[in-house]
Amino acid sequence: MNSSPTVVTANDNAQNEEPRVDVTSTDAAAATPEESGEASVRTSRPVVAESAITDASHAVKVRAKNVDFFYGTNQVLFDVSLDIPEKSVTALIGPSGCGKSTFLRTLNRMNDIIEGTRHTGDILLEGTDVYDPSIDVVLLRKRVGMVFQKSTPFPKSIFDNIAYGPKVAGLKNKAKLAEIVETSLQRAALWDEVKDRLNSSAMALSGGQQQRLCIARTLATDPDVILMDEPASALDPKSTARVEDLIFELKKNYTIVIVTHNMQQAARVSQQTAFFFQGVLVETGDTHSLFTNPTEKQTEDYITGRFG
Amino acid sequence: MSDQEIEYAALLKGRHRISTYFEWVCRIATISALLFLAVLLAGVTWQAWGWLDTQFLTGFDSRRPAKAGLLAGLWGTSWLIFFTAILTVPVGVGAAIYLEEYATDNRLTRLIKLNLSNLAGVPSIVYGMLGVTAFVRMFGMLSAADGWTIAIALGFGTLEIPLPLGRCLLAGSFTLSLLILPVVIIASQEALRAVPPSIRHASYALGATEWQTIRHQVLPAAVPGITTGIILALSRAMGETAPLIVVGAMSYVAFAPGNLDTPMGAVQDPQRVLDAPFDVFTSITIQITNWIEQPKEEFQNLAAAGSLVLLILLVVFNATAIVIRNRAQKKITW
Repeated sequence: MNSSPTVVTANDNAQNEEPRVDVTSTDAAAATPEESGEASVRTSRPVVAESAITDASHAVKVRAKNVDFFYGTNQVLFDVSLDIPEKSVTALIGPSGCGKSTFLRTLNRMNDIIEGTRHTGDILLEGTDVYDPSIDVVLLRKRVGMVFQKSTPFPKSIFDNIAYGPKVAGLKNKAKLAEIVETSLQRAALWDEVKDRLNSSAMALSGGQQQRLCIARTLATDPDVILMDEPASALDPKSTARVEDLIFELKKNYTIVIVTHNMQQAARVSQQTAFFFQGVLVETGDTHSLFTNPTEKQTEDYITGRFG
Repeated sequence: MSDQEIEYAALLKGRHRISTYFEWVCRIATISALLFLAVLLAGVTWQAWGWLDTQFLTGFDSRRPAKAGLLAGLWGTSWLIFFTAILTVPVGVGAAIYLEEYATDNRLTRLIKLNLSNLAGVPSIVYGMLGVTAFVRMFGMLSAADGWTIAIALGFGTLEIPLPLGRCLLAGSFTLSLLILPVVIIASQEALRAVPPSIRHASYALGATEWQTIRHQVLPAAVPGITTGIILALSRAMGETAPLIVVGAMSYVAFAPGNLDTPMGAVQDPQRVLDAPFDVFTSITIQITNWIEQPKEEFQNLAAAGSLVLLILLVVFNATAIVIRNRAQKKITW
């Protein structure tokens, strides 16, 4: 596996810009050089997005700037720029193959694992490019956790599943580990169901419990950002509701980015929504206005179910 | 009913009949395979009856059939497989982990992977030739008069390593190890590939390094498959004759390697353990081959008794593998 990514970053913009999060001014600055490119795609972007971000209580946590992404020679993301505010839920929607999952995986560099991928543009986590040589990808993934579509409990006990992240980071103190396991399970609303059988296999849990276990496991590494790739798509409605409640609860402390195919889910859990289509970020804005009053025809067609 | 439906109905009986025929063909194939095996086992047991006794298992070879035994071969085979395992497991599993987990998928890796399968199909006698050149003679590089000896003094004895190795037991183990390495690597690769990628991704996403992911997630899940591969390969090595003949196993030896003919001997005189790897040797298979070539009728019975011992050893060996695999699998409840 290639841990040193073959990546070309266009750092020019990043250097010109303040790494601090000064929302209104930087966003305007970022928009200008960008507009000189293909205008047709991006005209929709700024207005709504900025209105979502100018809320002073939510500084920008993750900022993607002009991100192109390639599998080999196949380009799957085209000049995506998106600001993700902290301590809120940002939903990425769009039809299958639109690049939303790929975009999600660039945020914690999970795409590094796939050979033959490369990107251009910047992904700034609190102002620092995640591909910057000073960023260790192992540490990055601890800060930017990820929950997958298919729940992937390790074939170990419930306790060992939760303790895995802290353990691989080097925590050996048993009492501390037990404490982390308990708080993580509590935050993931799973503690009451499993507290009596922490040593039994995690594979014996139900699908919904497994997914909450995976969320708890991510929380145990104490991340800032949690990426969720269709976390509820394989669950029954009841379990889905529990996971959604959980996401709602977690956004108080974490920045959450969620990919979903379920429009109602996006509307229920998120504050911002970004609509991807064929690798292009078509429209972004606060969830309510995007769903009630989309600017773009494509967005409207998608959310009203005319395609996708 | 339409014409088409009538035609279908007429065909139905024939379709069912062919289905039944095929089932019987498969059944007969299975039965005949089992039948051959049973005949073979019965034949060997019949021939060996009365010959497989304590004398046979505790005595050395002799020119008189009644006094001949398999002890030298038993010790030889045990030592051979012991060293073969020690040499093969780390190299084979290590190579498999590298190829599956670390190596980038380029033309070179693909070429290596392709050639591993080819190597697994190379006749064993070719490995014997390689063994003679590489280990017994060491490419003739060290062929000064009697060669060299490296002596390493240890607390309980002296380890004397002859260079070149000559026709010694360790040269046989190296050769057998080369022979089964491709099989072990391929089996281990398959076991590693069977571990779902999602487990690896989940581990990376929690901030684990590549080694931690391999150590804590991939290897535990792959151990049952890897163990099975190793044991099957070692079973194959146990039954090999041709490469051992080529590297110079003795067809008639009346002592065990290092003169170590009881396990207690290792405690009484540890020097024998150090001598064993560099001693001349024979194996069960070599002894069987030798006996078959003898004109005296009774030696055929000895050969049958030897074969029976080899079969029993293999069964025990494979049973151990199954137990290990089941234990390991129990720990991993998917």
